[in-house]
Amino acid sequence: MLTFAVRRLVLAIPTLFFISFVIFMLLQLAPGDPMAQVPLTVPPEVKEKMRQALGLGEPVLVQYWKWLVQVFWTEPKIFIDWLTRDSLLLGWLPDTQLYQGELRVISWQTRSPVMDIVLQRLPQTLWVVGLAYVVGVLIALPIGIYSAYRQYSVFDQAGTFVTMIGFSIPPFFTGPLLIVIFSVYLGWFPSIYDTTHVVNDWASFKVQIYQMVMPVMVLALQTTAQLSRYMRASMLDNLNQDYVRTARAKGLSEAVVVMVHVLRNSMIPVVTVIALGVPAIFGGAIITENVFKVNGIGQLLLTALFANDLPMVMTLTFIFAMLIVLFNLIADILYGLLDPRIRYD
Amino acid sequence: MTEPVPSSPAPIEALRDKGPDRPPRSQWRDVWSQFRKHKGAMVGAAFLLIITLGVLFGPWLWTLDPQRLDIRAKDMRPIYTALWDSTAKTGWGHPLGTDQLGRDNLSQLIAGGRASMAVGWAAMLLSLIIGTGIGVMAGYFRKADGVLMRLTDLFLSLPILPLLLVAVTLFRQPLRANFGPEGGMFILIVAVVGITSWMPTARIVRGEILALKEREFVLAARSIGTRPFKIIRRHLLPNVLSPIMVSATLGLATAIITESALSFLGVGFPSDFPTWGKMLADAVARMEDFPERVLLPGIAISLTVLGVNYLGDGLRDALDPRIRGR
Repeated sequence: MLTFAVRRLVLAIPTLFFISFVIFMLLQLAPGDPMAQVPLTVPPEVKEKMRQALGLGEPVLVQYWKWLVQVFWTEPKIFIDWLTRDSLLLGWLPDTQLYQGELRVISWQTRSPVMDIVLQRLPQTLWVVGLAYVVGVLIALPIGIYSAYRQYSVFDQAGTFVTMIGFSIPPFFTGPLLIVIFSVYLGWFPSIYDTTHVVNDWASFKVQIYQMVMPVMVLALQTTAQLSRYMRASMLDNLNQDYVRTARAKGLSEAVVVMVHVLRNSMIPVVTVIALGVPAIFGGAIITENVFKVNGIGQLLLTALFANDLPMVMTLTFIFAMLIVLFNLIADILYGLLDPRIRYD
Repeated sequence: MTEPVPSSPAPIEALRDKGPDRPPRSQWRDVWSQFRKHKGAMVGAAFLLIITLGVLFGPWLWTLDPQRLDIRAKDMRPIYTALWDSTAKTGWGHPLGTDQLGRDNLSQLIAGGRASMAVGWAAMLLSLIIGTGIGVMAGYFRKADGVLMRLTDLFLSLPILPLLLVAVTLFRQPLRANFGPEGGMFILIVAVVGITSWMPTARIVRGEILALKEREFVLAARSIGTRPFKIIRRHLLPNVLSPIMVSATLGLATAIITESALSFLGVGFPSDFPTWGKMLADAVARMEDFPERVLLPGIAISLTVLGVNYLGDGLRDALDPRIRGR
């Protein structure tokens, strides 16, 4: 198991380098010019100097190398500095002061470090999208379990229909639909997610809950649809196994048979599927964030793309790719840990 | 000495077959009869057929030009609004109303459906071709297996929607210059959706090919000197047809949704070219006053995808020999 994990981890490193190289080269083809917004009165030689200052004068491979150094060397140094200075966990350690003012990855839009902006946007995404994922999982598992236990019952048929709808209706339709119904006609929830809202007492907490309901519901519908299908199929696979008959023959109650014996075995593939969905939380739901005006990571990527902010796009896309690779690895290892029948070596 | 073996005894009269009582059934007849039992799949297939025929022949039945501006007849409501609101601006000339520039909603829906369906089918076919090709190569030629599967893993770990957005915003200008605004966008969207969605098909096909390759009929074909490509074409591809068909339906659904999502985010087709996703996106700003402009394209997308998904569900059941005939 350990050798497998180490081997996969080692294999992940060239994969990540390759992905980052591909994304970097793709972005080099971008037709836009970061100097396009500069007024025409600025003389060309000054423009050229500004271009140099943005790091655009170097050959492509040098630019790529510098980006790699910034992301994999400078940013970790800043992170370690922060850990030893401000964090609760390791703040008692002496300040390391590794970061000596080297150049970081700078956004072309705001001229501030990309990582700082990402860290500003991350909480909104994690709150909305992460909570939606949790809600989706919590709804999906009971639905999957019950509809497998009562296969072809009315509940199962209805559940199948609802999950089919969840699969089929895209979030850019459910979002506006919910806004029309619940914000416009009924006026229950606000249509725009206010990220500047501060929660400090019961009333403001209620406002926060109210503004989170709709985006969370839209996202949870998608999660629920996928996960409850998996849960149902996995339960059905296990319900007909011999060990279930044995458990019933021993005289165990139906609740124990289903909720302990069958459920634990059925959760093995479902847990890995849940793990595989986690990168999408950090990736942010681009469309849902756009509909409800949540200024999270997904919306950051979209605005960066439209503003031709290549360092930001590059770094964000690479972070997403890194998370996907990482959670693929975690899912594989989890599968091996949970199911002793799986042997990787 | 052993006794001579008696010739086979006369068959008992009651047990004798009087010839096959029914003509043999082909595999596809079986598939069809199983498929017909799946009500959802039948409804889905019928709906998909109606939508396809509607967008194909609709422009001949409803001849209004979807891009014609008629500013006097702008912001008309659908005809059914007159049922509860007699003061609403309705008219039989525009049964589903018009948008803020006076373009007819019905003909826009038909034109948008043509674009969405064309993109969906083309992207699905492209991803099937790539996926089947890579799956067959990886499954049949052992030397290519490692490289191709690493490539598949690599593609699976790419963040798809961000990359789609990146690719569309980057390559929009050159392709538009070469193939015109609509043609360039069509090629671009089909290509990016196809290139980023072939991986599941490749994996499924590879697994099937790996199992089929060891079967006796492939050995027999090889022993009489059949070339590898002929074996693939004659013996392997027909046998992996059913998983390919199932993943085709999934691919069609994803392609339609992806195209609409790109249009919704404003990186799809040019602004005067209606697609369902773009109609929806344009209408969101005015959905308080004209909810039908959000609902109509949204329902069109959702029902089409729902139909395709049910069709895929039924196909999976019908093509699985373990379920069929039960």
